[in-house]
Amino acid sequence: MRLDLRPRSRRSPLLAALSPVLAFAGAVFIGGIAVALLGVSPAAAFLTYFVTPLSEVWSLQEVALKAAPLALIATGLAFCYRANLWNIGAEGQFVVGGLAGGWVGVATHGSEGFTLWILPLMLLVGTLAGVAYAMIPALLKVRLGVSEILTSLMLVYVAELLLDYMARGPLRDPAGYNFPQSVAFDGAARLPYLAEGETLHAGVLIAFGAVALATLVLTRTLFGFAVRVVGASPRAARFAGFSDARMTFAAFAISGGAAGLAGIAEVAGRIGQLQPTISPGYGFTAIIVAFLGRLSPPGILVAALVIALTTIGGEAAQIDLKLPLDLTRAFQGLLLGLVLGADVLARFHVRLVPGGPASPRA
Amino acid sequence: MRAPAIPPLSSGPTPLYGAYGIVKRFGDFTANDGIDLEIRAGEIHALLGENGAGKSTLMKILYGLLEPTEGVITHRGDVVRLPDPDSARRLGIGMVFQHFSLCENLTVAENIALVMPRALSGRALAARIAALAETYGLHLDPARPVWSLSAGERQRIEIVRCLLQDPRLVILDEPTSVLTSGEAETLFVVLERLRAEGRALLYISHRLDEVRRLCARATILRAGKVVGACDPRRESARSLAAMMVGAQVSALKPPAAAARAGERLRLERLALPAPGLHATDLRDVSLGVSGGEILGIAGIAGNGQAELFAALSGEVRAPEAEAVRIDGRAVGHLGINARRRLGAAFVPEERNGHAAAPGLSLSENAVLSRHATAPLTRFGLLRRRGARALAQAVIAAFDVRKAGPDPAAGTLSGGNLQKFVVGREILAEPGILVINQPTWGVDAAAAAHIRQALLDLAARGAAVLVISQDLDELFEIAGSVAVLHAGSLSRAMPRAETSRAAIGLLMGGSADPAGPPPALGAPAGRPEPAHAEVS
Amino acid sequence: MSLDIVQMVLVTVVSAATPLIIAAMGELVAERAGVLNLGVEGMMVLGAAVGFAVAVETGSTLLGAVGGAGAGLALSALFGLLTVGLAANQVASGLALTIMGLGLSGLAGASYVGLKREPAPHLHIPVLSDLPGVGRLLFGADAFVYVALALVAGVSWFLWRTRAGLTLRAIGDDHTATHALGLPVRKVRFLAVLFGGACAGLAGAYLSLAYTPFWAPAMTAGRGWIALALVVFASWRPLRVAAGALLFGGTTVLQLHAQAAGLGLPGQALSALPYIATILALVLLSLGRRQGGSLAPAALGRDFTPHR
Repeated sequence: MRLDLRPRSRRSPLLAALSPVLAFAGAVFIGGIAVALLGVSPAAAFLTYFVTPLSEVWSLQEVALKAAPLALIATGLAFCYRANLWNIGAEGQFVVGGLAGGWVGVATHGSEGFTLWILPLMLLVGTLAGVAYAMIPALLKVRLGVSEILTSLMLVYVAELLLDYMARGPLRDPAGYNFPQSVAFDGAARLPYLAEGETLHAGVLIAFGAVALATLVLTRTLFGFAVRVVGASPRAARFAGFSDARMTFAAFAISGGAAGLAGIAEVAGRIGQLQPTISPGYGFTAIIVAFLGRLSPPGILVAALVIALTTIGGEAAQIDLKLPLDLTRAFQGLLLGLVLGADVLARFHVRLVPGGPASPRA
Repeated sequence: MRAPAIPPLSSGPTPLYGAYGIVKRFGDFTANDGIDLEIRAGEIHALLGENGAGKSTLMKILYGLLEPTEGVITHRGDVVRLPDPDSARRLGIGMVFQHFSLCENLTVAENIALVMPRALSGRALAARIAALAETYGLHLDPARPVWSLSAGERQRIEIVRCLLQDPRLVILDEPTSVLTSGEAETLFVVLERLRAEGRALLYISHRLDEVRRLCARATILRAGKVVGACDPRRESARSLAAMMVGAQVSALKPPAAAARAGERLRLERLALPAPGLHATDLRDVSLGVSGGEILGIAGIAGNGQAELFAALSGEVRAPEAEAVRIDGRAVGHLGINARRRLGAAFVPEERNGHAAAPGLSLSENAVLSRHATAPLTRFGLLRRRGARALAQAVIAAFDVRKAGPDPAAGTLSGGNLQKFVVGREILAEPGILVINQPTWGVDAAAAAHIRQALLDLAARGAAVLVISQDLDELFEIAGSVAVLHAGSLSRAMPRAETSRAAIGLLMGGSADPAGPPPALGAPAGRPEPAHAEVS
Repeated sequence: MSLDIVQMVLVTVVSAATPLIIAAMGELVAERAGVLNLGVEGMMVLGAAVGFAVAVETGSTLLGAVGGAGAGLALSALFGLLTVGLAANQVASGLALTIMGLGLSGLAGASYVGLKREPAPHLHIPVLSDLPGVGRLLFGADAFVYVALALVAGVSWFLWRTRAGLTLRAIGDDHTATHALGLPVRKVRFLAVLFGGACAGLAGAYLSLAYTPFWAPAMTAGRGWIALALVVFASWRPLRVAAGALLFGGTTVLQLHAQAAGLGLPGQALSALPYIATILALVLLSLGRRQGGSLAPAALGRDFTPHR
């Protein structure tokens, strides 16, 4: 048997839209088998993962709170991936953004009088720190031709260790009984809640705004056009006068800035202080979200909600059904794989042709 | 199995190989439509046809690279299946590819060892390569990496690789398209010798002079069908061309007396180091093109054409601003869009992926090269309506055939896409146009349309620089011709004062008035020493 | 320093380098065939979990190692199906593999967290293994170390001395040309991917069976990524991979010793050392090669769809 791929003369928009849905169905099916093998009823698991979180106000808020950083980071990453640049260090840029912005929160702790400037400054510093951190792999790629994949990934570990050091060392709350965490931020250094007594904070609005803005930029501006051309046809992009180097810097700045902003929004929103770890892997999960959303911002928004749903559902499943949390991660990886595979359906006619696998026609 | 499964088309001995009723469809497109072909031992059989006539598809079927949708192939009268090149090789079919199927970073010996039936030890293989070199004069250094070799040497690898398998049929796909005239002469000697040994050769070409010289039989393809068979020695180039094209190609309208303006494009001692391992240095290239003039740059592929184009367009910047001048202004340090704003326009060689992004729509491809010079953006926002209008204007002016209102560029045929990218630049009414291989792989009608557009543009006062491998094309439209060889440019020679032979000699890098070694057969490539000097 | 201390340091260096060598050898073969598999970390961590689980259940280190290799192989088969069979994007598919491997390893290893078992047995040859200064280094290592050495020699031999190795290199150089010659591009690539997966799994099993004889979630700690960097750093040459791995092993040891010596550097800075060293190595490499272009296999990372 061999797989025969023939390019479709015209891209099928129906299949293009349908393929992530098919992939999702496939992943749910395989996940169901895995759940059954772990001795749990797939139906019960499906309810816990995908339905229960949608049925209560608090868990709906949780889904939105988890989806917000994912959507924000993934939207930034979409610029990179569209341009064929592989920033896989968003996790590090997230951490550095949270650390730098959080530092402002720690430094301004106890400020009196007019304090309205503190939160915007934190967000700005966090964003810029993310941009600066993403500039390292961009610079190394442009100037020295070093693979951005490896450098951006290595910098994740460095950022995590840096945060760990800062939270346990210089930024630790001196009055905190040696707990490895900073002082709790003042109210002026926290993102405001959207409703009294609820958990939903303004970070969700930031993410939503970013998605809308990115949609506009990618589809309606010359810069967005340049991003698309650079990725699809690098030589044509050079012919159009779009510089590779500038595009590398711009795309890394956007993705790093988005990740940094997401980082500080998480610190100033949900966490409210600096801790040795601030991310449950948002930067990596966002890669799945970006591809699941087919690298288009509106799709990413939907994908972020779906992934957030499975994460919240996974936490519930751990408590209610004793299903391990790692199941969620394996499911997400599987989903990404299937999405990439299903994309082939939209691009090619796929046929299984009988015949020996040793045939050199493959 | 003795009895022939298929009766031969013609009387005489059973053909060595036969192909009957070959049909090959790619989706809706029929590349081969019921082709019959017979090849006998000891003949050089020409397969003639224009680009897109179906020659390459038929050849790939005979070599087992494609499976025919319908039809059979016979060997000595028996029906055979060729599911893969290995089976074809076992049946004695060898192939010399046009776009060489060589791995650049492997050595000559490694490339040859790749297709040997059994693993030959390094030493035994080297001995056989040396023996072949002796017999046929095909000298090769087995240890050299392929990227360091010239086109002629690369073709020698292909031929040696083919001959090591002792084939009874050798398929040659456009073998002289990348060769200098001297290299071609050497090749003809080898081919004649192979024929004399009783092998069959299938010679695919659109170069009528060569075919008339080498081949005793020719099969002519047009639009996937056999439209004729003949003895090319008894035909004239004109009658063969008429069979290939199917109609007399209308002659170009000669340019009106060109309005001679001053010099508009100037290169002054431009020197650029090669950008990569497999590229060519540009050495002190100087040229000038005046308004109303078409300057042709001849040369064999890989002698610096791509590098010259990039330096002219600004995709690669010159070390000094003064090395490139547009209307007197030094622009060597400027990028492509700055040069466009000064009135220049560019058409690169490769349509898919360079001049146009195949995945983007035609209107988006209009934005690609015109966003800096046409009103297609406002405050960084794209004006989609403007882009669609521009694309429509190009489509109308250049008769671009397409499916759907605004299809992806990649869905157009080669000729139509080329008309689109040429039209896109010409509608900008540039003062300077640089175009690389304007009609490469384009059907005759589209080629005529494009050439006429270039003549008309020059007549309106533009300076046009045409880089082309096609000497016929240059002699048809260029006022003068210079030759690019190994990154150096000869002085420009007015068309009236030079000849194809002189240009051909320079293309081979020879400035020697004595010319190439004695040629086989008719003295078609006899050089004219008077013009063979390099400035 | 006495000879025995030198030997002790070298033994530590070698054991830190062993998983990198094994994983990088597999990836080298895959990349030489033109496939960039970024999922090494995922295959490695799954190999560690499955290897440990199998070893605990069967009591056999050998079966554990086989199990680890098999797990990496299975995961790489999925990758091969996606990228070689379906021409999906290699970078994204590799990332998917890493994420999936991390998740699956958590599942597979869940009930084995905190268990300990004897580390893989070390070779012991009377007299030879007890030679002062070199005995433990040369004749007293565990089987994985010798497997790593054999892999370096074997892969070098295969790539430059066999017909199949030549075919593999040719396919990695130009899949269009090799396809036109009728060479089985996709089959060779798929097999190369499988080999890479088995090696990555085996490297993971080494971690949980010999290096730190227990299983902990995400215990590979980026070693898969370092192995990937090593392949680039070594310009796709097996011997240089081994040399590079020993260098990285050296930084690990430096880190341990600096910690013991109490240099006053924070522990996190020392832990970051291997990652920073990787970046520096890549930078230095490219500084040393400003001209002449890349040495990477020319078709690396480009997908291939044959036309029929």
